[in-house]
Amino acid sequence: MNSMIHVENLTKEFKSYSSRSGLKGAFRDLLTRNYKIHRAVDSISLDVKPGEMIGYIGENGAGKSTTIKMLTGILTPTSGEVLINGMNPHKEREKFVKTIGVVFGQRSQLWWDIAVQESFRLLKKVYNVSEEDYNSHMAMVIEALDIAPLLDKPVRKLSLGQRMRCELAAALIHNPPLLFLDEPTIGLDVLVKLKIREFLKELNKQYNTTVMLTTHDLSDIEALCERVVMLDEGKIIYDGSLSQLKTSWGEGKQIQFHFKTPKTRDELIRSTCQQLVVWEPGENENTWTANVTNDEDIISQVIGEVVANHQILDLKILETSTEEIIRNIYEEGIIHG
Amino acid sequence: MGKYLEMIRIRFLMMLAYRTNYYSGIIIYSINIAAYYFLWSAIYGGKEDIQGLSVIQMTTYIAVAWMARAFYFNNIDREIAIEIKEGKVAVEMIRPYHYLNMKTMAALGEGIFRLFFFSVPGMFLVSLVFPLQFSANPATWGFFGISILLSFVINTQINLMTGIFTFFIFNNDGLMRAKRVVIDLFSGLILPISFYPGWAQSGMEWFPFMYISYVPSMIFSEGFVGQQVWNALMMQGLWCLLLLVPIQVLWVLAKKQMVIQGG
Repeated sequence: MNSMIHVENLTKEFKSYSSRSGLKGAFRDLLTRNYKIHRAVDSISLDVKPGEMIGYIGENGAGKSTTIKMLTGILTPTSGEVLINGMNPHKEREKFVKTIGVVFGQRSQLWWDIAVQESFRLLKKVYNVSEEDYNSHMAMVIEALDIAPLLDKPVRKLSLGQRMRCELAAALIHNPPLLFLDEPTIGLDVLVKLKIREFLKELNKQYNTTVMLTTHDLSDIEALCERVVMLDEGKIIYDGSLSQLKTSWGEGKQIQFHFKTPKTRDELIRSTCQQLVVWEPGENENTWTANVTNDEDIISQVIGEVVANHQILDLKILETSTEEIIRNIYEEGIIHG
Repeated sequence: MGKYLEMIRIRFLMMLAYRTNYYSGIIIYSINIAAYYFLWSAIYGGKEDIQGLSVIQMTTYIAVAWMARAFYFNNIDREIAIEIKEGKVAVEMIRPYHYLNMKTMAALGEGIFRLFFFSVPGMFLVSLVFPLQFSANPATWGFFGISILLSFVINTQINLMTGIFTFFIFNNDGLMRAKRVVIDLFSGLILPISFYPGWAQSGMEWFPFMYISYVPSMIFSEGFVGQQVWNALMMQGLWCLLLLVPIQVLWVLAKKQMVIQGG
């Protein structure tokens, strides 16, 4: 058993009621209600090795947060098996939560009215962290997140970025081997985001901390995670490396040419007739984009032929961004075409 | 144990975070006791005693009832309800402690703080103005101490139950308000139980409410003596144990069907 997280056929169903319409319906709802079973997470299986940083992505309502809540022992699964660090989160909750750290980007775990350091002190007691461990470990955390000047301020006086850094520090007081981050960078500016990313990388390197991250900001995932798990309507639709996702969904490259004189499609097709190229007009007659497969030979040949036959002012090679890839997947489904 | 003591300390800090709240608290306690003093002296008129209680005993009863209330009263039902409504209970569940125990400790911290920093100064102010009769018997003080501790446990247990109900009905403002009125009325805070008609008195013996306020106040104003004190304390202890059962049942059910509201 050398996986950090082992999940098998995990399912969570919610019973929700739907309100009837109108006043008459509202009165009927007082007596009987229409219940609907909604399957938020639909038999997912997952294995995460120690020290991995995995990105957990999906649309709003895809079941990301529900999964995280089941993995952290907050929600009881309807069915399925969860084994984290060799423990069942629901059966041994109090023992289990000592080995994880959790940050919910949308809610605070610090005490609103008191200074940050008092919250830290309470958490230190709650997690039973010794003075030496706390000092040596937290010194690094406080330094890296640059929160030393914030410690004596009450939480309600901190800005969102400041608070988020303190939240992250609070989740790490007991130096857990596993860290869950549920949208940690929501609403933060670029500088704070970068700082948090740097910090997570450092943490992963130094303590081999396993990190599971959900986010809507794909640049977080690109910066941190090699592996992504994509969720749609409660099901895992992709589980693998980010680079593989990019190659199989990247759909080739685009080369944008800026010509000196106006060109027509026929002219361009004639000059690159040996290759498989799809030309698209740009913003004016001088600009055209060539869509080619992602192959170095083809790209250089196309460029060579175009440059040999036409005078160009500028040329750019564009790669499909991860965001575009993800959008394509959501729009078309994982099954290609 | 350390974490629970730390929680009491945190609660002290939270109570001190807003200074105005603190000062106005003392004044509110004094005003409450004064209002009841005037009300009761009007009711007594010139009479020596009603139902075996003299005016001074009555005033002491009321003053002590409010002092005890400062200790046993807490808002954890409201806190639990808010945490559930806002989904904050998720954060509580990722911490290595028992949610209800921690809430109880927070309530204890609040109680101790109010007793020593609201009630005692308030009581001092009141005793300068009105005639109160405090017992010089250390045993009475001891029994009173035990009794308000048990009152605290019973009241907190009722609050926990009310709070946990939010898991099932999502919005229980009505229930909390009803609970508050029931406790104020049936616990003997506003009116000693011995003033109720006989049938109501025997009915109340089947509920835990009178053990919250009536018992400690009667012990302190020496309305109970000898064997009566021991019986009352035993009944309080019994209720403390009895109420553990429904709390445990509700908690297990609540955990199973917990829904985190708001994402």
